[in-house]
Amino acid sequence: MSAPVERIVATPSAREAIAEVTADGGPIMFFQSGGCCDGSLPICFRDGEFTIGNHDVRLGTVGGSAFYMDHRQFEAWKHTQLILDVGAGEPEGFSLAAGPDRHFITRSRVFSEGEMAVLESAGDG
Amino acid sequence: MAVVEEVVESGMTPEGVFIAPGQAGSLVEVQPRYGNFIGGRWVPPTKGQYMQNLSPVTGHAFTEVARSSAEDVELALDAAHAAKDAWGESSLTERATVLNAVADAIEANLTMLAVAESWENGKPVRETLAADIPLAVDHFRYFAGATRSLQGSSTEIDKDTVAYHFHEPLGVVGQIIPFNFPLLMAAWKIAPALAAGNCTVVKPASPTPWSILKLAEVIADIVPPGVLNIVTGPGGEIGKALASSPRIAKIGFTGETTTGRLIMQYAAENLIPSTVELGGKSPNIFFADVMDHDDRYLDKAIEGLVLYAFNKGEVCTCPSRALVQESVYDRFMERCLDRIGRITQGNPLDPTVMIGAQNSAQQLEKITGYVDIGLQEGARVLIGGERTPLGGDLVDGYYFEPTVMKGTNDMRIFQEEIFGPVLAVTTFKDEADALRIANDTLYGLGAGVWTRDGNRAYRMGRAIKAGRVWTNCYHLYPAGAAFGGYKISGVGRENHLMMLEHYSQTKNLLVSYSDEPLGFF
Repeated sequence: MSAPVERIVATPSAREAIAEVTADGGPIMFFQSGGCCDGSLPICFRDGEFTIGNHDVRLGTVGGSAFYMDHRQFEAWKHTQLILDVGAGEPEGFSLAAGPDRHFITRSRVFSEGEMAVLESAGDG
Repeated sequence: MAVVEEVVESGMTPEGVFIAPGQAGSLVEVQPRYGNFIGGRWVPPTKGQYMQNLSPVTGHAFTEVARSSAEDVELALDAAHAAKDAWGESSLTERATVLNAVADAIEANLTMLAVAESWENGKPVRETLAADIPLAVDHFRYFAGATRSLQGSSTEIDKDTVAYHFHEPLGVVGQIIPFNFPLLMAAWKIAPALAAGNCTVVKPASPTPWSILKLAEVIADIVPPGVLNIVTGPGGEIGKALASSPRIAKIGFTGETTTGRLIMQYAAENLIPSTVELGGKSPNIFFADVMDHDDRYLDKAIEGLVLYAFNKGEVCTCPSRALVQESVYDRFMERCLDRIGRITQGNPLDPTVMIGAQNSAQQLEKITGYVDIGLQEGARVLIGGERTPLGGDLVDGYYFEPTVMKGTNDMRIFQEEIFGPVLAVTTFKDEADALRIANDTLYGLGAGVWTRDGNRAYRMGRAIKAGRVWTNCYHLYPAGAAFGGYKISGVGRENHLMMLEHYSQTKNLLVSYSDEPLGFF
């Protein structure tokens, strides 16, 4: 019996920011972006603002908020754990801020072979 | 001393570096703050809020721009709607004259705008002087000509029935500009929209709102009031207000994939068309025969690889994956790394500097993160890999070393757009292997193929799933060559005559010249 492996986790400051943004205007959701400009950032929306498609992958929840990714992007990223964090400065694009003058970011960590085995045995590799 | 002053261009220090905008002697004046450009006038934001605008060269604020709200977008839409009938009915001569006059005015202010753009974005002035601004000029001229040569059609359905097809303007459109080419990407969007008889409301990227306001100063008296409106502010608020407005007839966007989907979602809600350009991870493929001779062509191919550092890698079509045939990998990369090692980095206002500052602290943070992921995945740094420590006024600027990492195509540094001067390089065995790796990506915006074998170049060019395949060249952006993505790199094309169709309605008049009833009733 192995410990569960999380695809998305949040730092304490990200959890605080989620609580703050949620208290401020209601539930939120995240979608991991790709491509040009703000491509590698998680985009934070009010829950329901962004339409989730049939093929989007729900990586998990952080601080009670769902975190999604495009299924094609997931294939390229699935060997890494995403760590939701907060950086200084306002968001440059369409994302909600992580509190005043802050923005959400994702850091990444490559899963160990053991972790990948757990994910694969859960049918999630 | 007098001799030095004679040879130094106006607006430069005695050392030949352009003086920073707003400083004594600079070619570029800077106001303490800027309102929105609406209806041909400068309009303060409704809520009276402003936001600081930084230069990535120094990391410090140098002016303020409007921090607009949805009310300001409405004001801009009011102005655009008030202007749309007259502009939409203007003659082709009038429209082309305006577009040509815009081009002439930009050209007359080329150096000033090049310095402003460098200061705004962090890109080297040698690029803005030679590429960004001249290309913007040419773009307006291209569409001035294109709109006059655009033809409708008439089809004789039968001897008494004719189908006429006319192009009619859409009306008022919304356009959202990215930060990487604040002026050139604005030109790419504004020129065809206006040429097709539309009025536009433009939202520049949040980190780069100012240089387009300098452009507006230059062309304010040329474009009829309300035809071009510019509103600055945060994307989450005014970008959303514009893109989701029921008062626009089309939305154009360049940016990342999630916002691209959001824009299309808003467009679907209003049942309007959209054009979205969403980035890439472009392969740049070097076959062994590039090394057959040590000649001008090889020199060009080496530069072709090093072009990943153009605009510090902040290009949707950055050739950020180099695929080099393994039989020549060591010899070819030795030459390339030597060239990369001689890239000069520093103050982008120095015309000898080849690589400037990343656009923002957030971009720098992302690039650093990707190098870290690459190392975790087992990639090797061949050169660079760190922030560039620069002193003096540049100490707080956002500089990153030109970097090359060797790895394999399944690594995230090969799969995701880093938007920085970081090249991911790998090898291939043969043509089939090169094609497989080239197409093993989510994106399909650009690609490069380098070979002395014309037949192979053609085969590869047709087989690569990307909207543009540069063949024995890279990073050329002439007006008249269609630009846009396959796969998740976007929907639609820019930079070509066909844009006039994208910014027009098709009106069909189906006319009967017969007196005979149908006979049904």
